[in-house]
Amino acid sequence: MSVIEVRNLHKNYGSLQAVDGVDLTIERGEIFAILGPNGAGKTTTVEILEGFRTRNSGEVKVLDFDPQFKGKGARDFRDRIGIVLQATSDAGDLTVAETIHHYAGYYSDPRDANEVIEAIGLGDKKKELVHTLSGGQRRRLDVGLGIVGNPELLFLDEPTTGFDPEARHDFWDLIRGLRDLGTTIVLTTHYLEEAEALADRVAVINRGKILEIGTPANLGDRATSLARVQWESAGIMHEQFTDKPTAAIAKLMHEFDEEIPKLTVSRATLEDIYLKMIEEER
Amino acid sequence: MTKLPSTLKMGWRRGKIEIRQFLRQRESVVFTLLFPLILMAIFGSVFKGEIANGVKFSQYFLAGMIASGMINSGFQQLAINIPMERDDGSLKRLRGTPMPATSYFIGKLIMVLASIIFQVILLLLGGVLFFGIHLPTSPNKWLIFAVIMILGTGGSASLGVAFSIVPKSGRGASAIVTPVIIIMQFFSGVFFVFTQLPKWMQDFASVFPLKWLCQGIRSVFLPDAFAQSEVAHSWETARTLLVLAIWFIVGLVISIRTFKWNRE
Repeated sequence: MSVIEVRNLHKNYGSLQAVDGVDLTIERGEIFAILGPNGAGKTTTVEILEGFRTRNSGEVKVLDFDPQFKGKGARDFRDRIGIVLQATSDAGDLTVAETIHHYAGYYSDPRDANEVIEAIGLGDKKKELVHTLSGGQRRRLDVGLGIVGNPELLFLDEPTTGFDPEARHDFWDLIRGLRDLGTTIVLTTHYLEEAEALADRVAVINRGKILEIGTPANLGDRATSLARVQWESAGIMHEQFTDKPTAAIAKLMHEFDEEIPKLTVSRATLEDIYLKMIEEER
Repeated sequence: MTKLPSTLKMGWRRGKIEIRQFLRQRESVVFTLLFPLILMAIFGSVFKGEIANGVKFSQYFLAGMIASGMINSGFQQLAINIPMERDDGSLKRLRGTPMPATSYFIGKLIMVLASIIFQVILLLLGGVLFFGIHLPTSPNKWLIFAVIMILGTGGSASLGVAFSIVPKSGRGASAIVTPVIIIMQFFSGVFFVFTQLPKWMQDFASVFPLKWLCQGIRSVFLPDAFAQSEVAHSWETARTLLVLAIWFIVGLVISIRTFKWNRE
């Protein structure tokens, strides 16, 4: 059963076409990443799904609800979703615990606030004022506020911008844990390794249009693209592109007696594929 | 599915958290709550004379200070604070939760009311102890005072919410809001005796609520004989309550119609 259905979505700001005919279907329980350069239309699309923005045309159903509808049902809709906006700087004068406990009181069936604080790794910062937290800690608090309502669907808008690598890995574990509990997650990011580490499927968007949707492993021609074999011979690096890297290495083993110097076999990274897609657009 | 908490309950929770956030900003607490008392001390020692038989300027000024406290804690506080909350993302985050706008407004109203009650107690205490203010003994006067407090607080808060869409950014908000209030205070008889102001100033101020708020509070705390010294030679209690009620409704209607969670 799909959680999000989008057909032919359009949104413009004056003469700028921010979202230009987007189609999306997001299934229950998956982590879906939306990739794209700055200004591609990621945030606009997600904010339409969250109900923050109105569209110019197209059909949108999120949890069987039209998110731009303001009347009856809008509160029940927001009771079922969690939203982590791009970095904000609000509510600095409350403690971590006060903030999470307070937000829990907005929902019909919230998660236990103390459990949430532990889950986001802020157990020892519980009594600290929010404005004393580091950037990464603050971002985890944002996620805590997004999940305290026990949402079926969680939106994460560039959640790890400004994280150090370790914090980012901890954060990914947290998100995977939520998926394992059955939460559907929609994530925008411009970190390719984040999409690769987390997402079941990714959509690449540029200039308001979806270029492709696929699993990180199969996006573009990645699954079928040629492998690159690199090695050193007589002080010079050589490289060969082949669809039979094993055979290529077997042949090299005959040429060298022992170890093949500086041997690597690699395939296109998600980043290579992504950059190629964006580049072709230009 | 379990039901969402009621709008009123969420509003009450908002009120408590608003008060807690307000109290954490120490400088602003001291400034907002003590400033009227400080002004009272300054004006009380500069103008020592009587403005009518048995009525000292400090007594007249006390009414103006109570009215100003209502305007500062309601109108000024909200018209500056809400644009800041809109800028820093607080409002957008709240908008993403099931909490309705009504609960948000109830929370603001609770905070404003708490701050005004505290200020009024402080001013009356200071007035009695240091400036020889006589508190009224008739229950009728206190009843009128309570009604004025409710209408004044509601009007001040709702007009503050309504005005909060005027400043283009949180940072510029106080530069726009503060002069509006200071001019209103001069025109409405807070710093000077209203009847001594030029006629055009009096006419202008009569359209707005602050003049009526001051006059209404004077009718509670000044001797009845002083009514003769008012513009209409009477307290005009009915008209005062009517004007305050109209402004309260105007504020409510404008704020419900124009309130925005974010700048799209």
